[in-house]
Amino acid sequence: MNTLVHLQNVSKTYTRGVQKVEVLHGINLDIAAGDFVALMGPSGSGKTTLLNLIGGLDAPSGGSIDVGGERIDQLSENALAKWRSAHVGFVFQFYNLLATLSARRNVELPLLLTRLSGAQRRARADIALQLVGLADRAAHKPGELSGGQQQRVAIARAIVSDPALLVCDEPTGDLDRQSAAEVLTLLQQLNRDHGKTVIIVTHDPKAAEFARHTVYLDKGALADAGVRPAA
Amino acid sequence: MKYLQLVWAALLRRKMRTLFTLLSVVAAFLLFGLLDSVRGAFAGAGSSVNGLNRLVTISKITFTMQLPKSLLERYRAVPGVADVTYANWFGGIYQDPKNFFANEAVSPNFIDAYPEWRLSAAQRAAFRNTRTGAVVGARLAQQFHWKIGDRIPLQGTIFPQKDGNNTWTFDLVGIYTVADPKQKAQENALLFNWDYFDEARAFGNGSVGWYVVRVADPARADAIAQAIDAISVNSDHETKTQSERAFQLAFVSQFGDIGLIVGAIMAAVFFTLVLLTGNTMAQAVRERIPELAILKTIGFTSGSVLGLLLAEAVLLLVCGGVIGLLLAGSVAAGLEAAAGFVFPPIVSSLAVWARSLGLMLLIGVVVGALPAYRGLRLRVVDALAGR
Ligand SMILES: Nc1ncnc2c1ncn2[C@@H]1O[C@H](COP(=O)(O)OP(=O)(O)O)[C@@H](O)[C@H]1O
Ligand SMILES: [Mg+2]
Repeated sequence: MNTLVHLQNVSKTYTRGVQKVEVLHGINLDIAAGDFVALMGPSGSGKTTLLNLIGGLDAPSGGSIDVGGERIDQLSENALAKWRSAHVGFVFQFYNLLATLSARRNVELPLLLTRLSGAQRRARADIALQLVGLADRAAHKPGELSGGQQQRVAIARAIVSDPALLVCDEPTGDLDRQSAAEVLTLLQQLNRDHGKTVIIVTHDPKAAEFARHTVYLDKGALADAGVRPAA
Repeated sequence: MKYLQLVWAALLRRKMRTLFTLLSVVAAFLLFGLLDSVRGAFAGAGSSVNGLNRLVTISKITFTMQLPKSLLERYRAVPGVADVTYANWFGGIYQDPKNFFANEAVSPNFIDAYPEWRLSAAQRAAFRNTRTGAVVGARLAQQFHWKIGDRIPLQGTIFPQKDGNNTWTFDLVGIYTVADPKQKAQENALLFNWDYFDEARAFGNGSVGWYVVRVADPARADAIAQAIDAISVNSDHETKTQSERAFQLAFVSQFGDIGLIVGAIMAAVFFTLVLLTGNTMAQAVRERIPELAILKTIGFTSGSVLGLLLAEAVLLLVCGGVIGLLLAGSVAAGLEAAAGFVFPPIVSSLAVWARSLGLMLLIGVVVGALPAYRGLRLRVVDALAGR
């Protein structure tokens, strides 16, 4: 089994004024390529912090993070940005779409950083929209879509440059049951049929059921069981 | 270029706000275009070659003070002088004070000093030979539907006739045109015979308002001007001789230091503009923090986010500025057409465009700097968490 994400003794300390707060302590975690992991734990336990470290949005205060063979904790800010654009797709609780751009243009955004032509970008965006079941909404603006649809556009944006890893921070936190189930099913499909490694942060045990494994985080440390099969 | 859609998307986010900001930029540069043209015309007055072969001699004390006509022969005798003519401002009113146009009593050879005015030989002769004759520019004739043979009554405002009659009636014997479209304003004038004027007027006889001296060699204009002024030195009618253009501008300059006024107005306008657009941009960026965070998340570097925000400000300034200047161009053209003799030619010149473009870029960068810096420093994880 290939390890995609390898964390060794990772810690994260925030400085609040003069006070230093360590919010993650000595995290060791391996996630296999092709896995679908739910990261659970009480509010404030450090889930978002951990996910941001894995996705290369932030740098750890100690330890090493290896993703797909790259020591991302050693990359400069710009190198990290470049790395993210090629290897990670992000989905957040609030979809953070650009309000004045159509769904298609939103999905195209990450491709602006590539050498693809306008026509190629468009074609890829349309494929991604098709994958999330919104081919017929390509020309709609975010304001004209439901919450669930906007989150699916965000997922299309996350997968359009074909990253190996999808990190999702409470992707269903703002959705009703029905839409949440649709989004989770979609993530499951991307994991099963397209080989994406998916990590989601969630509060919701029902949401965690869609994952293959669950990781529990409490007060900045992994519960001793570490990665275990979902119930 | 592909990033342009992002810049547009940002500007279109709040259309009304962008429109109002754009309008304030347009207004500022409309004003700048007009005022800078005027200022440029004044600044360039000394350096222009145009009309340098014509010098204007006026009283050193004030433009309105008269000079003795006896100076004529002495000026003629100055070496290098080709011809000397003279004129008096009449200031007559046709029917209604609102119908303002220049009207002057001129010497018989006055028109010959202005080769750019087209007047047929027959009409030229008629003007010399008709005591009460007058010539008018084609525009003026058109405006009042005058034709050759008409009798044109003017109410004197300065000079009544000896018999107390204040109405001067002239016989229209010629209509001149000016070929250069930029000089068409010169067609807004009525000229009549100085001899008739001098004989009939109640006071001031034997004095002239100003002399126009034609020099054979423009390169010697300075020396000739000095020689002319030397004639009256230490008399009670000391003179000041300058190029015709400098004379026209000096006339307008009576109203104040144009460069200073223009500078002060523009400083105030641009200061306001920077505050206004700067505030708007800062507000716009604050609202867009989550969007900017997303751009950084998906791999836009801090530098490119900075570039996008700067481009936004610069694009807004350049769009508004260009529209403003184009408007200034058409307004200036309108002014030029409507203005009387003495106004400087107002043109939206290349220099004005160059200066404006520089200002647009500068203000764009100044206005965009703060928001752009914010974008540069934005930490994705904080922004996403709403911190
Ligand atoms: N940038 C930051 N500065 C200071 N404290 C932070 C920062 N980010 C997170 N924290 C703190 O770290 C802890 C973990 O936060 P987070 O990872 O967001 O938890 P979770 O996602 O599990 O709710 C919290 O106590 C939070 O207040
Ligand atoms: Mg969280």
